[in-house]
Parts: sequence; C-alpha cells; structure tokens
Amino acid sequence: MFRRLPDIAGDRVSFTIDGRPAEARSGDSVAAALLANGVAACRNTPVSGAARGPYCMMGVCFDCLVTIDGTGNRQGCQVRVAPGMAVETQDGKRGVER
Amino acid sequence: MSGHDFDLAVIGSGPAGLAAAALAASRGLSTVLLDEQPEAGGQIYRAITETPVRDRHVLGPDYWHGAELLGPLRDSGAAHWPGTTVWSVARPREDGADGGRTLQIGLSRNGTAAMLTVRHVLMATGALERPFPIPGWTLPGVLGAGAAQILLKSSGLVPSGRTVLAGTGPLLWLLAWQYLRAGAALDAILDTTPRGNWRAALPLLPAFLRSPYLGKGAKLLLEVRRKVKVIDGVTDLRAEGEGKLSAIVYRQGDGAEQRLAADTLLLHQGVVPNLNLANATGCAQNWDETQRCWRPTTDDWGATSVEGVSLAGDGAGIGGALAAEHAGRVAALDVLHRLGRIDRAERDRAAVPHREALERALRGRAFLDTLYRPADIFRAPADDTIVCRCEEVTAGAVREAVRLGCSGPNQAKSFLRCGMGPCQGRLCGPTVTEVIAAERGVSPAEVGYYRLRPPVKPITLAELAALPKSAADIAAVDKH
Repeated sequence: MFRRLPDIAGDRVSFTIDGRPAEARSGDSVAAALLANGVAACRNTPVSGAARGPYCMMGVCFDCLVTIDGTGNRQGCQVRVAPGMAVETQDGKRGVER
Repeated sequence: MSGHDFDLAVIGSGPAGLAAAALAASRGLSTVLLDEQPEAGGQIYRAITETPVRDRHVLGPDYWHGAELLGPLRDSGAAHWPGTTVWSVARPREDGADGGRTLQIGLSRNGTAAMLTVRHVLMATGALERPFPIPGWTLPGVLGAGAAQILLKSSGLVPSGRTVLAGTGPLLWLLAWQYLRAGAALDAILDTTPRGNWRAALPLLPAFLRSPYLGKGAKLLLEVRRKVKVIDGVTDLRAEGEGKLSAIVYRQGDGAEQRLAADTLLLHQGVVPNLNLANATGCAQNWDETQRCWRPTTDDWGATSVEGVSLAGDGAGIGGALAAEHAGRVAALDVLHRLGRIDRAERDRAAVPHREALERALRGRAFLDTLYRPADIFRAPADDTIVCRCEEVTAGAVREAVRLGCSGPNQAKSFLRCGMGPCQGRLCGPTVTEVIAAERGVSPAEVGYYRLRPPVKPITLAELAALPKSAADIAAVDKH
C-alpha cells in the first residue's frame, strides 16, 4: 500500500476507521489517511457491489466516497482528517437518513 | 456596492489562476480567487505552502517554482477563498440595477451555498488525468499516477510493497524520478508508448530541441531507465484481483502474456482539459486532433464563446504549468481591457513579454503530444473494459448502443446511463467519445461530447434550499 517517508513534517492526528483507532498526519485528506492505514477499499458500489478505493485524489472520480462523522457520500480526498473524526466505509448507496 | 461583489472571479488557483488573479488585482480590479482545495497551488503545485516533504530534492525545482507565484498574489490585494467549490456560472435572470452585465457564480464554502455576482469570470480549471480504461482499473490498489503524486506532495506518502507504473507521458517519468529521490522502490515501468509514435514525432523534433523541457526531461528519463526495470512497447494491459489488485497481466509487442504480482498499479496516459465548468456554462468547445481531447474554444486572449467568460491554462488546452502562468497573465490583461481599466493599445503592449514567454514555454509541445499520444486500444478499449466507472458501463455496451442507433455521448446517457454518475463524465467522457467515433467510423468532432449542466459538483438539497431567495423567486413557485 502506502508508507510515510521517514523525514516528514506534521502532527499526529488520531481518528477512527469503522470504529477502530487509526493515526494520520495533519494535512492528510481522509482518503490519504485511509491509504496510509492500509485501507485500499473504502466502499462497495451501489451498482454491482464491487469494491472501490481512492483513484484520482483530486476530487473528480468520486470513488473515495465515505461516511464522515455520520454524513454519507463525502469525498474522502476533499476533506481533511481531523482529531476524533469518525470515518466509515460505505456499502452501496448513501442512506436517506445520513 | 453597484450590483456586483467583485469585478473578477478567477476559478482555480493553479499557475494560471494565481498569475491571473495577481496581475488583475495589482492593476486595480477587485478580484476574488476561488479554489476547491484548502491551499493555493492547483494540482501541479499541490500543497506548495505546507508539503510535509522536507527534502526539497524529492519534488524538484520545477515544483518549488510554484512558491514564487504566491508572493505576488498576497501583495496584489486579491481576495483568496480556498475551500470553495464552484458549482455553476450563469447570467442572472435580471441584470444589475446599474444596467451592467454580470455573471452569477454558485458556490459552496464550509457546507453553505451562496451566490456571488461578478462582472467577469476567468476559469483556470486546469487539467485532469486522461482516463486510462483497462480491464481491472476500478480495483482498489489501482490509482492514477497523478493521484500518487498528490499523495507524495500533500502527505509524504510513497507506495510500499510491489509497485508498478504503467502508461505513457512526462508525468509517469517525473513520478518515477521523484520516487527514486525519495527512496521508494519500483518493481517495473510498463511503457505503453506506441513504437510508431517516434516516426510521427520526428519531424517535430527540431522545435523540441529548443524547448526548455529537453535538458531536464532527458536527464530524468536516463536516470529512471538506469535504475528501474522498464518494459517498452506494452500493447496490452489488465489488472487482476479479488476485491483488490493482486497481479498485472501485459503483453509486449506481439509477445505472449506476462504476469507480474503487484500491490499497487499507477496508471497514466497524459492529461486533458478539465472542462466541466466551461461546458456547463455553455462555452463552445472543439476537438483537438493532436492532443486527442476536447478543449473549450478560446481566442488569442482566452475569451470563450460566452460573453464575460475567459479561460487560461491547461483548462483551455494542455500546455503545461509554465505556459499556464503566462497564459493567465495574457487573459488577465484582456479582462482589464474589457472592464475598461486599460485601452486596447495598453493591453497589447503589456502582453508582449507574456506572449513571448508563453511561446517559449509551448516550444516542443507538439513533439511531446505526438510522441506520447496513447495507443488506440488504451483510448477505445476492448469490449470487456469498464469505461464509465460510476455506472459500470463497458466499452462493449457502448458499442452495442451504437449498433442500436446511439449516435453520440448524449444519447449514450439515455441508452446506458453512462456519464450520469457523480463524476459527471469526467472519467468516461473522452473514452465514450472515442469508442462511439471509432464504432461509427467518424471523427470524434462529429459525435460530440456530453452536454453538461450545473451543478458541476454535487451539492445537497439543504444547501440549495438555504440560498437567499428574492420575492420573484418565491412568487415563481408560490401556489396561487
């Protein structure tokens, strides 16, 4: 997957992925934080259920959709990870309630 | 305020947008620079103010040049609104009280939608990676090379495990070089540059020999080729795995299938203009045969077919970061003229040095475009390949629709829903155009492109509903 270069600036940020504690760096997008934690697949598609993960990292492909602090279908690459943030992988469509 | 919030809104803070906003504001236009990202720089100078990569040799001098664009922006007095997503640009139903023509920009900041009224819009929306549809490109573990470079610039992340780069074009080699500098190992580079491209590019070589890219590019290429296993002439490529990438299967020339175990595959075959906003605003666009992509139609000054809307940088046709910077300044001077700040003679005079620099930066571009033109099979792939990632529509389904009478990308939407997912055709548009054109045996110019409509980025109904409404808006939907 992806690893952090050794000589890197930035503070550690604690957050959760599907309830499990995880660590990122300040400045990471949620999608980058997922990849840095070995999570390549962040959702299953609503069409076929196939696994998908971040692809473009610049907000155009919409493959890194995740639920962030209870709100579904957020673009993981466009949101910065924040201390205590709850990131959840998605299964199929976003629910009407979130 | 006389009916508008700013004279000029520049959309996108890559090299074109940074240079344009700085010039326009320093010459007295009230200017706002809008950008979706949290920091200025666009994708090419992504995270330029805050990259965690401390060793400046890793990203290289061309990247750090971006920092020089920030001072002039700060000093110019332009307002800079990062974290702002623009989802529409349109003429308001009624013009300003002062009779002046204005444009209305729909935007979202911090989860709140708002409308901004300006006299002129300069789009500097840059480029995105050309789709590289191969079987398995939707598997987790397969990313764009540009995506991987963003991970490096903004988070200091490099691939671990077995890593393969595949494709063609300068960015692929630049990324490999940056990885070597960073101490990241690469298992192989699969070069898909068609062998025949050299013959086509050769007549264009003289101009390239005078290009600023030549020296740097050659050195970089040689260094990568010395240190990484490069497999040339790859003619067939697919990614395999259950739920995530596990292997890459390829053929070299007419050879037998080869298999490489891999954890990460980084794909790249050039970049194309990011034209969704211009298209949705109604700007005319044309097919560029050399670059094999659609580009919004602009004049020498970046003016589009829509009055009050200009374009500069890669969003108007791929020219690279340096060209974008100079094109941004040329376009800004034209805006100053159109808004009455300078006369035509002053515009023309002031543009001379920027036009000269632009010409230098574009020297040799035709050689690169021709040499790195992706092979037909990677632009219009085999039937079993997904072309529309959102709706999971294959090339075969598109061809079948053509046989049933579908004549272009817009009809393909109603046949197949392709292009109607959240990415709004960004990842399938060029491919769908090429597949339909090839199947019909006509030029892509003839089959056309998606007609895009605002909002060009998804916004929630709650955001839309919370927009301020005029009495006329309410009357228009009120029950009588």
